[in-house]
Amino acid sequence: MAILEVKNLKVKVENKIVLDGIDFSLGKEEIHAIFGPNGSGKTSLISSIIGIPSYKIVEGKIFFEGKDITSLPIYKRAKLGIFCAFQNPPAIRGLKVRDFLKILSSNEEENLRLAGLDESFVERDVNVGFSGGERKKFEIAQIFAFRPKLLLLDEIDSGVDVKSLSFIGKRLSEYVRKNKISVLIVTHHGEILNYLKPKKASVMLDGKIVCSGEYKKIWRTIRRKGYEWCERCELKKQ
Amino acid sequence: MRIEKAIKKSIKKVGIDLDKDSPKYLQVDYNPLLQYSGIKGLEILNSRDALKKYPRLKSYFWRLVDKDKDEHTKYSYKHEFNGYFIRAKKNVKIQTPIQACLYLNTNELIQNVHNIIIAEEGSELNIITGCTIARHAAGKHIGISEFFLKKNSKVNFTMIHAWNEEAEVFPRTGAFLEDNSTFISNYILLTPTQKLQMSPKIIALRNSKTILKGLLLGRKSSFVDVGGEIILKGSNSSGLIESRIVAKNNSKIISRGKILAEGENSKGHIECRGLLVSKRAEIQAIPELVSKNEKSELTHEASVGKIKDEELWYLMSRGLNEEEAVNLIVSGFLNPEFLEVSNNLKVQLKTYLKLIKR
Repeated sequence: MAILEVKNLKVKVENKIVLDGIDFSLGKEEIHAIFGPNGSGKTSLISSIIGIPSYKIVEGKIFFEGKDITSLPIYKRAKLGIFCAFQNPPAIRGLKVRDFLKILSSNEEENLRLAGLDESFVERDVNVGFSGGERKKFEIAQIFAFRPKLLLLDEIDSGVDVKSLSFIGKRLSEYVRKNKISVLIVTHHGEILNYLKPKKASVMLDGKIVCSGEYKKIWRTIRRKGYEWCERCELKKQ
Repeated sequence: MRIEKAIKKSIKKVGIDLDKDSPKYLQVDYNPLLQYSGIKGLEILNSRDALKKYPRLKSYFWRLVDKDKDEHTKYSYKHEFNGYFIRAKKNVKIQTPIQACLYLNTNELIQNVHNIIIAEEGSELNIITGCTIARHAAGKHIGISEFFLKKNSKVNFTMIHAWNEEAEVFPRTGAFLEDNSTFISNYILLTPTQKLQMSPKIIALRNSKTILKGLLLGRKSSFVDVGGEIILKGSNSSGLIESRIVAKNNSKIISRGKILAEGENSKGHIECRGLLVSKRAEIQAIPELVSKNEKSELTHEASVGKIKDEELWYLMSRGLNEEEAVNLIVSGFLNPEFLEVSNNLKVQLKTYLKLIKR
């Protein structure tokens, strides 16, 4: 059985359709990459799966472990084991990293260290004054604390220097495989995929999934021919 | 003196622990039940007895607060009062916090308080004042406080208010800072109050430093109008007015700040950050800067608004429901870390913030 199933999902944000009939399924322990140019609907798909309220579902259903979660509020989906590492996590002034991590697990310092952050981070305000790399590492520390069943990674490799990327990539890959987590990765650059090594990938254009298949084949083609090729692709017409 | 259990319990909420072996003053209605110094060079008396002991002290009364300022000062001037007289003698530095508590116990009472605080030259005082009321009492508290900071002295004054929905509260405070003195005031209000209005006025001479900080939580139908006015008279004097405000339910909070720069190279800054957590609540920030010296520097910053959806959703995506997420953001926003108080008191305030029913 698939851990995640999205059926004919149509979503709008402020009266604009951002997802237009998405059918997608993710198997247990599957690692799946989603490609697409800016504005194609990748982040919208992730936001709809986790239940961000501004993404209004007008049609279709989302199932997690066979259960219909389409109308579940965001925190109840989280409690089922769905976790998203955000592309741009917000800064929350005054809220200490320590107090924030405590809601997820008791060993906050250990999780920070595993994500490559200094223990002194517990005294900082959540995402306030964090560098790009620190933000991403903090998202990863939260993954370790949260222990999700389904992990959604939204541009986890953007704004990260090469050294941090290698660290993040290795730690994530180790963690995902050891804990048999299903992962959906949204990435523009694709660098993180060298570590997480998905088997399958899909391409999104204009709020639709236009192509799904073997990751290596799709990624190689996109790198060589760009997304313009996807628009002409035969698969889209099927 | 035996203190009732109920009083002991409720004054703990305003940071006062009578079991601690520290200098203290406790006044219930008009009765000074405890006045104890235990430190050489530190005097703690009720203000009536202090006036008897030092007749010249009379000239300190109503020197910094105008008796004709408003109906409350007029009332206070004409009626019986009591309060505390705290004095640190010359060059005596007292780090141990002095605990002072004013407790309103009798229903329908107008508690008229007049406090005189004197830090003699080169001295230092740390005072925590807790003002509170019996749970079922309705009453009015008028509190006149006059601070005299002589040259090179330092006063750190923390006032914690815990009133009830029936209480009306009108503190009137004045402080006079001689050369090179430092006045730090922390004001904390975390419980509902029917009406509370105050605006301490500070006159600052050469090289003196004033910091006024406020941590306010407006709850239920509280009406709170809190401000501060600093007159930077002396050269190189500085003033900071900084407040953090959360307005819940139907509360309305006005945060005023005024800095008037007269002295050369004087510097002042007002900062107000407010968070609305209810559609019916209201926060108004009124900063006022007046400069009369071209070599002064005055600035202000203010931001008032509701919690950003992105912040709420971020916390909710980690498994918190909306109420839990709001509470976590609010308690972070009202983090006592920004106050200029001892670490012990910060820990105490954090615990208290967690305890209060939101």
